[in-house]
Amino acid sequence: MVEERFVQGNEACALGAIAANCRFFAGYPITPSTEIAEQMSILLPKYGGSFVQMEDEIASVGAIVGASWSGLKSMTATSGPGISLMQENIGYGFITETPIVIINVQRGSPSTGQPTMSAQADMMQARWGSHGDYEPIALSPSSVQEFFDFTVKAFNLAEEYRVPVVVLADEVVGHMREKLIIPDKVDIVTRTRPELKEGEQYLPFDAPEDGTTPMPAFGDGFNIHVTGLTHDERGYPDTNSPEAHTKLVERLCNKVLKNRENICSVKKELCDDADIVIVSYGSPYRSVGAAIKQAREEGIKVGSLKIDTPWPFPEEEVLKVAETADHIIVPEMNLGQMVHEVERVAGDKAEVHLIGKIGGVLHKPEEILAKIKEING
Amino acid sequence: MVEQKESPYKKYLRPERLPHIFCPGCGNGTVMSTFFKGLEGTDIDFENIAMVSGIGCSSRIPGYVKCDSLHTTHGRALSFATGLKVGNPDLDVVVFTGDGDCASIGGNHLIHAARRNINLTVICINNNIYGMTGGQISPTSPKGSFGTTAPYGSRDMPFDLAELVSAAGASYVARWTTAHPMQLSKAIQKGLENEGFSFIEVVSQCPTYFGRKNKMKTPLAMHQWIKENSINKRRAEKMEAEELAGKIIVGEFTNNPHDELCANLKKLVEETSGKPLSVKSAFEELD
Amino acid sequence: MIIIDSKLCKGCDICIATCPKKVYSKSDKVNTKNVYLPFPEHEEGCTKCGLCELSCPDQAIYVEKEVE
Repeated sequence: MVEERFVQGNEACALGAIAANCRFFAGYPITPSTEIAEQMSILLPKYGGSFVQMEDEIASVGAIVGASWSGLKSMTATSGPGISLMQENIGYGFITETPIVIINVQRGSPSTGQPTMSAQADMMQARWGSHGDYEPIALSPSSVQEFFDFTVKAFNLAEEYRVPVVVLADEVVGHMREKLIIPDKVDIVTRTRPELKEGEQYLPFDAPEDGTTPMPAFGDGFNIHVTGLTHDERGYPDTNSPEAHTKLVERLCNKVLKNRENICSVKKELCDDADIVIVSYGSPYRSVGAAIKQAREEGIKVGSLKIDTPWPFPEEEVLKVAETADHIIVPEMNLGQMVHEVERVAGDKAEVHLIGKIGGVLHKPEEILAKIKEING
Repeated sequence: MVEQKESPYKKYLRPERLPHIFCPGCGNGTVMSTFFKGLEGTDIDFENIAMVSGIGCSSRIPGYVKCDSLHTTHGRALSFATGLKVGNPDLDVVVFTGDGDCASIGGNHLIHAARRNINLTVICINNNIYGMTGGQISPTSPKGSFGTTAPYGSRDMPFDLAELVSAAGASYVARWTTAHPMQLSKAIQKGLENEGFSFIEVVSQCPTYFGRKNKMKTPLAMHQWIKENSINKRRAEKMEAEELAGKIIVGEFTNNPHDELCANLKKLVEETSGKPLSVKSAFEELD
Repeated sequence: MIIIDSKLCKGCDICIATCPKKVYSKSDKVNTKNVYLPFPEHEEGCTKCGLCELSCPDQAIYVEKEVE
């Protein structure tokens, strides 16, 4: 039965996790994401799962990686300082190809910053936060419904590509209350075990060049060695071979990059005739509609490209709008982060303008409209 | 089956990975064998063992053992082990760690895992030095000992790990040394059998760094030093503090089974949902 | 019978020191890594207690037990 509820974004996230078959949560209290942990502590025992309040955030990621190898879908949620503390173990998740979901309800920063105010200033950290070369997957919800939907999607992508997936929410989406529709049936990706071939040595990390391979659970009898060191197909450390390292890290990056088409998601509105396109993600998208409506009423042709998946960056879609529009406006709650990606991809096709806003408050439609008018002359 | 004419402990190892990387005379290999001997004394099936480790020489042990193993990040092994054990309490989860790994960078995880009394068996190989990075002092290096970061002798005060972990709430704690392999395997056996947080500290030799820096150049010199300086806990209790300076107190520190985290969480699920704990559910379709 | 795996032995001599019956001595034979291997010079004294097998850091010692 389809269920309709009026809930907070953080609660929708927890409900999404449960719907996606998440049965383990480890976390540490931090504003403005704490409600996710609180909700998971209520829900998980009812669904046969476990909640553990860890001693800190890096331990939380350790615990969800451990739980993932035990054979459970697992998640943590955090904000600001917590996501910084998690970075080392997130990198471990990448090199060991462990499906986990990390929710980051972004807040004013750097450091302790503004715990109760909103921001989108961890976008580049999600991309480059842990040391080394890797390609993350990140989703940015702009509504309570999307926080539910994208959490489910995060679990599915994590399983499909065996990667840590980050949901880059923000305080506005985390704390607002809206209608949430929980569908009757949610499509989820179920893990499959590797097949043991008679007489053949099992190679746990022998994957296609641009892909991954099914993972077993600990205790399944595969006797798998999982290490954060550069490893070969057997999973054994091979740290001095330039070839082994190149092969592994390129594959880990390519399994995301070469599957952009399947991972990337955007919402395109009124772009066909637009001279100006607003490229947004997360909460600021909420102010884009009103600004466009007003601009169109005044005869200015404006469209919107909303990015659901900041990482991998949907290059093709952004390039496409840049080919027809003259200007791109990027409203974001930071001093300019994703705008660099837009610039990189579309900078020679359209003029890119930033509306960077910090301080913790969402862009008003008037602020976006003012920029539209300024460009329109 | 014809018995292989090889060490009785070799059958637990991945033959293609031998010899292991440990230096000649390093205590890690001895601890590995004593673990297998301890395991053989229990009813636990070797197939059911999962190992977790952090970073450092001792953390390399799981990589040589023919079982599921998670070689994780520096200091964080216990947090990974917590998720693995809570996720599937049926597994027998063993953590191999060292003094730098579990007492320095992982100190907080150590006391919290002990506080939770989670059913893990932790074997901490304490060689009083950072071996993998080349001989820096560790949080257990005796005051006055030399390391590459203590060229004038350490001015730092060391942790007493067995006492620390006992105070933090572990239900089984023992300390032995590589010079006491029989007692050590017995303690490991008891740790494996204890349904709670078990911590076995093994004072071990690092001839390559600790030995060389501290006038014990050969493995034997270190081995001898450890043996001669060990005092059984029962005897030590009757001695004065001055007499015990520089001594290694060996024996059982805690044997007090009590409430365990996984059992509590399992019970919570059963009481709240009326269903058993969900195990390996990532592989199952939702109803 | 005592067998020392010359491929695994690293020549630490812990067996020489730990054997309560002083069975082992250093030999003048080296393995491929130039390690002077121990050998059971006084094997007749061996009580098959297994301490050397357990102490050997390199899983290089095999002591044949009596099979009934």
